[in-house]
Amino acid sequence: MVELIVYGIVLGSIIALGSVGLTLIWGITNVFNCAHGDQMTVGAYVTLLFAGIFSKIGPLQASVGPFSFSWGVLVSFIPSVVISIGLAVLMDRLVFRPLRRAGAHPMTGFIATIGVAWALRGLVYIIWGADFHFYAEGLRGMLFLPAGVKLRTDEIFIMIVAWGSVAGVYLFLGRTKAGKALRALADNPNLARVAGINTERMLLWAWGIAGALVALAGILYGIETQLRPEMGWIFLLALFAAVILGGQGSVTGALVGGLVMGIAQQVSTLFLMPTYKPAVAFIIMILVLIFRPKGIFGRGKAK
Amino acid sequence: MIGIVDFLVSFAIMASIYAIFSMGLNVHFGYTGLLNFGIAGFFAIGAYTSALFTAKMPTGALAAYVQQAFGLNMPFLLGVLFAAIFAGIVAVLVGLLTLRLSEGYLAISTIGIAETIRIIFNNERWLANGAQGLIGLKRPLSGIVAPQFYNYIYLLIVVIFLLLIYFALERGIRSPWGRVLRAIREDEIMAAADGKNVFHFKLQALALGAMVMGIGGALYAHYSAAIQPSVFEPLFGTFIIWTMLIVGGTGNNKGAILGAFIVWALWSWSTFAILKIVPVSFQTRAPYIRYVFIGLLLVVFTLTRPKGIIGEERQVSRF
Repeated sequence: MVELIVYGIVLGSIIALGSVGLTLIWGITNVFNCAHGDQMTVGAYVTLLFAGIFSKIGPLQASVGPFSFSWGVLVSFIPSVVISIGLAVLMDRLVFRPLRRAGAHPMTGFIATIGVAWALRGLVYIIWGADFHFYAEGLRGMLFLPAGVKLRTDEIFIMIVAWGSVAGVYLFLGRTKAGKALRALADNPNLARVAGINTERMLLWAWGIAGALVALAGILYGIETQLRPEMGWIFLLALFAAVILGGQGSVTGALVGGLVMGIAQQVSTLFLMPTYKPAVAFIIMILVLIFRPKGIFGRGKAK
Repeated sequence: MIGIVDFLVSFAIMASIYAIFSMGLNVHFGYTGLLNFGIAGFFAIGAYTSALFTAKMPTGALAAYVQQAFGLNMPFLLGVLFAAIFAGIVAVLVGLLTLRLSEGYLAISTIGIAETIRIIFNNERWLANGAQGLIGLKRPLSGIVAPQFYNYIYLLIVVIFLLLIYFALERGIRSPWGRVLRAIREDEIMAAADGKNVFHFKLQALALGAMVMGIGGALYAHYSAAIQPSVFEPLFGTFIIWTMLIVGGTGNNKGAILGAFIVWALWSWSTFAILKIVPVSFQTRAPYIRYVFIGLLLVVFTLTRPKGIIGEERQVSRF
């Protein structure tokens, strides 16, 4: 039980990281971004691409400390995050901004995100094929913690990176002017607009943050499990559940929602087959929607 | 020559089955504005219901390999009827849980419900043989022609269902009941202010569309004669149907049918074209070009032609 909760926190950290961008975009534009999971996949695979290139460089071949992956993989985080930010901004420019300009219903945007998701997944299949990929071969280091908890050293790394990035975003949202404007916008778009906040510019920030965090989430999920083209799409279900549990536009809510979903999915394996994990996330989400339609940290008015 | 005709017949059968799903979605999204992203769930319920109701319980050596909850050996038409009824019942249950939520939540809930249904069929082997699925399903009227000509008979059956559903839906949508649905789609609050029980109408629309999808599922099951849970993954079970409706025209049953034929033609014919062009070493990956293509098609249509090729008629009621 303790062990499952610890695994749940590891999984929940990745869900939390992936869901911050999703809730920001949803809060500002009312669009659920169904391509978010596939952006995660792209982030993971681009890292694989660069890790392959960097593996030719001698000094980068060594493993990073006690972790399973090499310095080449770690350095690849940078181009992957940059490309993911670019992709996110490009998606907004090419698809969502024209829809906003045309005054389209948010649900049209929702449908468009499914098309984007398909196109991205198709590209991943074309470039890397349907096979599984790993960042590192061989055994992975283990830690034996009290209460019989076995944790991989990689999982410590995952939690450090996940919560480090989240702390960074929190500082940005809490301390900088742009961050505060973004929070105001995600919380109440109309009020923020009346206060003179430039929505379009702030949306670029939001997509940028979403792109960066989602790439990291994808890479960390790739380290935790393996890379496959459907990884992000399957993960999306948990992301949506976390975001809805947290409430529209609430970053804190998404983080709490992510942890709850991670722990619930892992603990459910005590009673159910592990293949039921995605269903568990959804059943919790539907229960939340029935009893608390605005989520735990949601706005006063459900939209 | 015969090869081409056979190919066209099997193409027309699948396109017609997809057209039935597309019309079911049109009841949900096109007329009532409900975002049902869980078509695959109703598809699966319809297919499995008809399969279980019409199949014989496995006996002898087969029973060691095939498990199923029941097998009633009913005729094909009763299987289709129960498929529609069960899909309708599931829709009412889903609707009671989710229809009070706003549209985006409904969409995400339905994705989850469809996935849950698929995972249940995949895991619970006692129900319908788990991941292996059911094979050897009943093929109606299969005795009357030689097996190589059977598809002609089945095409006739599917087209009859397609036409019956088309005319029934056209009648429904042009009735006062259908006008209320469109009023709800345009402005829920106004419809409520006019004294319409929005929730009840949405529930009826959800059930009706789901019953159409259930029939589609049953027709698919008896055509392929074999179903497994992997058929009901979101891609083929839900999103290709969304692309069909958006491309063809939302709020227009002719558009729904047209979209199904166009998108299915692009999907099934592009395989040959792609395999001719690309080098041999790339052939295992080449079919995924279609993912990109269909995805972009959906994006381009939502951006440039959100009403589809033939949009809704301005006047749908004849006085």
